[in-house]
Amino acid sequence: MWKLLATTLLNGPRTEPPPPVSTDALLELAASVNRAARARLGRSLSIRQVDAGSCNGCELEIHALGNVFHDLERFGLRFVASPRHADVLLVTGPVTANMREALLRTWNATPEPKWVVASGDCACTGGVFAGSYAVAGRVEDVIPVDLHIPGCPPSPRDLLSALLALLQVASSG
Amino acid sequence: MTSPLSLLHFLNGLGGEAVERHGPWPRLVVDEAAWKALIGQLAVSRWSLLGLWAEQGVVHMALRDAEGDEFAVASLPCPDGRFPSVSGVRPSAQRLERAIQDLYGMTAVGLADGRPWLDHGRWPLRHPLAASPGEPGQMPPYEFLPVLGEGLHQIPVGPVHAGIIEPGHFRFHANGEAVARLEERLGYVHKGVEKLMEGRSVAEAGRIIARLSGDSTVAYGFAFALAVEAALRHDPPPRAIWLRGLMAELERIANHLGDIGAICNDASFAVMLALCGALRERVLRAADQCFGHRLMMDRVVPGGVTHDLNPEGAALLRSLVSELRPALADVVHLYDEENSLLDRTMGTGIVSGTLVHRFGAGGIVGRASNRDIDARRTPCYAPYGFFDFDVPTSFAGDVNARVWMRMREVASSLDLIEAMVRDMPSGDLMSDLPAAVGEGMPAAAGEGMALVEGFRGEILVWVRLDADGRIARCHPRDPSWFQWPLLEAAIKDNIVADFPLCNKSFNCSYSGHDL
Repeated sequence: MWKLLATTLLNGPRTEPPPPVSTDALLELAASVNRAARARLGRSLSIRQVDAGSCNGCELEIHALGNVFHDLERFGLRFVASPRHADVLLVTGPVTANMREALLRTWNATPEPKWVVASGDCACTGGVFAGSYAVAGRVEDVIPVDLHIPGCPPSPRDLLSALLALLQVASSG
Repeated sequence: MTSPLSLLHFLNGLGGEAVERHGPWPRLVVDEAAWKALIGQLAVSRWSLLGLWAEQGVVHMALRDAEGDEFAVASLPCPDGRFPSVSGVRPSAQRLERAIQDLYGMTAVGLADGRPWLDHGRWPLRHPLAASPGEPGQMPPYEFLPVLGEGLHQIPVGPVHAGIIEPGHFRFHANGEAVARLEERLGYVHKGVEKLMEGRSVAEAGRIIARLSGDSTVAYGFAFALAVEAALRHDPPPRAIWLRGLMAELERIANHLGDIGAICNDASFAVMLALCGALRERVLRAADQCFGHRLMMDRVVPGGVTHDLNPEGAALLRSLVSELRPALADVVHLYDEENSLLDRTMGTGIVSGTLVHRFGAGGIVGRASNRDIDARRTPCYAPYGFFDFDVPTSFAGDVNARVWMRMREVASSLDLIEAMVRDMPSGDLMSDLPAAVGEGMPAAAGEGMALVEGFRGEILVWVRLDADGRIARCHPRDPSWFQWPLLEAAIKDNIVADFPLCNKSFNCSYSGHDL
C-alpha cells in the first residue's frame, strides 16, 4: 500500500487532457437546453445511467470514464445512484419490451430540468437488434432524447467529448 | 468398483440414429424411451449438462462425459411439443426449460417450476420461435417463491440498479441483515437474438452474436466461427487461429483486471479500482492500436480474422506484457496485505463444490470451488494445443478464491500472450467459406458446435446452416446460465451488505443469459 502511494505521488497524475468538445453535440443541444435550465444547473451535472437492453459493451466504456485516464468527475460530471438525484439520463441499448416500463418509470422519477442522452448505436437506431419482436425500439421511441452519441460502443473519448458539450451548454447561461 | 460408463457407449446403445454432417462431436436422434433412459442414467452418472435448447418439434441436450472427455448431443423429436424434463436430474436445466417453454410453447413434462422466465408478458406475441406464434395473453403477476418465518421482510432490487450495470431483479428475503433467500428474476434484456439470427447470412449473424454479451465479444465471435467452421468442415489459416487466441487472452485479461478492481471497490477498497482500472485501460488501448477496436468487436469471424498484427503491434504487446507483470505483482501484494479487505472477502459467499458440480458451472465460479475444467484444455481448440498453461483451481469457493483465480489467470494469460506473439506463424488471415451448393450434398449445409472458454467460462454455440449457407438455427449458451443459480446459494446466510461483493465476484452476464 505505502509503496503504491509513494509511486503515485512521485509519478504524478496520469489523467489526460480532455478531448475537444463535440461540435455535433453542441449543435444538437442548442435547441434543447433553455436559459432557465442553464441557470439552475450551473457547472455540474449528475448522470443516472440506465441500461435499457444493451449487450453491456456500452457499460464497459462508460465505466472507463471513471478511470484515472479520463477522470470524469474533474469536470463536475458524476454518476448518481437514483434518478431522483439526476439531471441526465444516459441510456444504452435498444429498449427491450421487457425494459420499456422500467425506463419510462426511471424517466418519470427524474426531476425537471432533465436531459436524455442516447448512448451507442443500439440506443440511437436499434443497432443489430432493430426489428426484433422483443425490442420496443430506439430510446427516442420511448422517451424524448436530447443528444445522440453513436458508436459501438462509443469510446470513452467520444462519450467525454459529447458530455462536455452538454456541460458547456448547460453552464453557458 | 466398476469403471464408469462412457457417454458415447451409452448413447450408441440407445438405438439412436447418428446425424450426418454434425461436427465435431456426434449428434444422435433418439426416441422418447431412449431420452428417458438417458435421464435415468444422468441420475447416477457424473456427466454434465452443457446445454439444452429446442427448435420447432425437436429438443436437444448437449452432454459431456466427466471421465472420458467425450461430447455429444442427444435430440428428441417431439411433434406434440412435449418432452420429459431433465431438470429432475440436472437442476441447471430448469431455467433453460422455462426459456424453451416461453420461446417455443413446448412443455417440459415434470418441470417443477413452470413459471415463465424470459417472457414477461410484454412481447407483441407469445412463443415467438414456434411455427405459429400465439396472441399475447394476459399473464398473471409473477409470484416469487414464498419464505415463511417470523421477522422476515422482503427487499426488492431492480431491474434498474444503483450502479452502471445491467438490469435484472433480485428479491431478497432477509431476517434483519441475514439473507434467508435470494431469488433472481432475469429476462429484462431479452432481445430475441435467436430469432434475429434465423435466415441471416453467416456474416450478419456473426455481428449479432458478437453483441450477445459485449464483454465476451471475442469469445462469442470465436465460438461462432468454430461452430460454423465445424459445420462446413472448414479450416481457417494458422495465423488467423493464433490471432484469435491472442485476442481472446487480451479480452480475458482486460475483464479479469476490471473485475478484481470492481470486487475490491465493492468492499470500499477504491484504490484497487483505480489501479486495476488503469491497467485495464492499458490493455484496451493496446487492443485498439493492434486491432482497431478497444473491445475487438467483429474481429474474429468465420473463416479467419479481419485484422492482422503488424510488427509495431507485436512490439506493443510485448511491452504491455512486461509492464503488466510487475503491475500484477503490485495488485496481488496490495490485495494480500490488506487485512481489512481480506476480512470482507474471505469466507464470504461460499459456493460448495457439490453445487458447482451439480449445476455444471464452469469458469471462475467453478474453478474457485474445485471444478477443474477449462474448455481451452478439454475439449481443447486451436491454438491452445500448442501451449502449456496454468489453470488454477481452489477448494475454498468464497469471494477471496474467486479474486485469486482471476489474479492467477491474468498471470497465465500474460504468459500465453507472450508465447503467441513470439511464435506466431505467418500467412493469410482469411480463407473463403464454401458458399456454393455442391454436387449431391449441399456444400454450405451442416451442423456444428463449439465450446470456447470466455473469461466467464465455457460458451457453447450450436449452429445449423441451410443449403444456401444461411443460419437455419443458432443457439448460444452463455456460461452465466449455470452460474446465476449458484449466486442464490452463495448469498444465503450472508448479510445483505455483502451481496454486491458476492455478485461482482460472480459477474454473470445478464445480456448473454437473457438472449
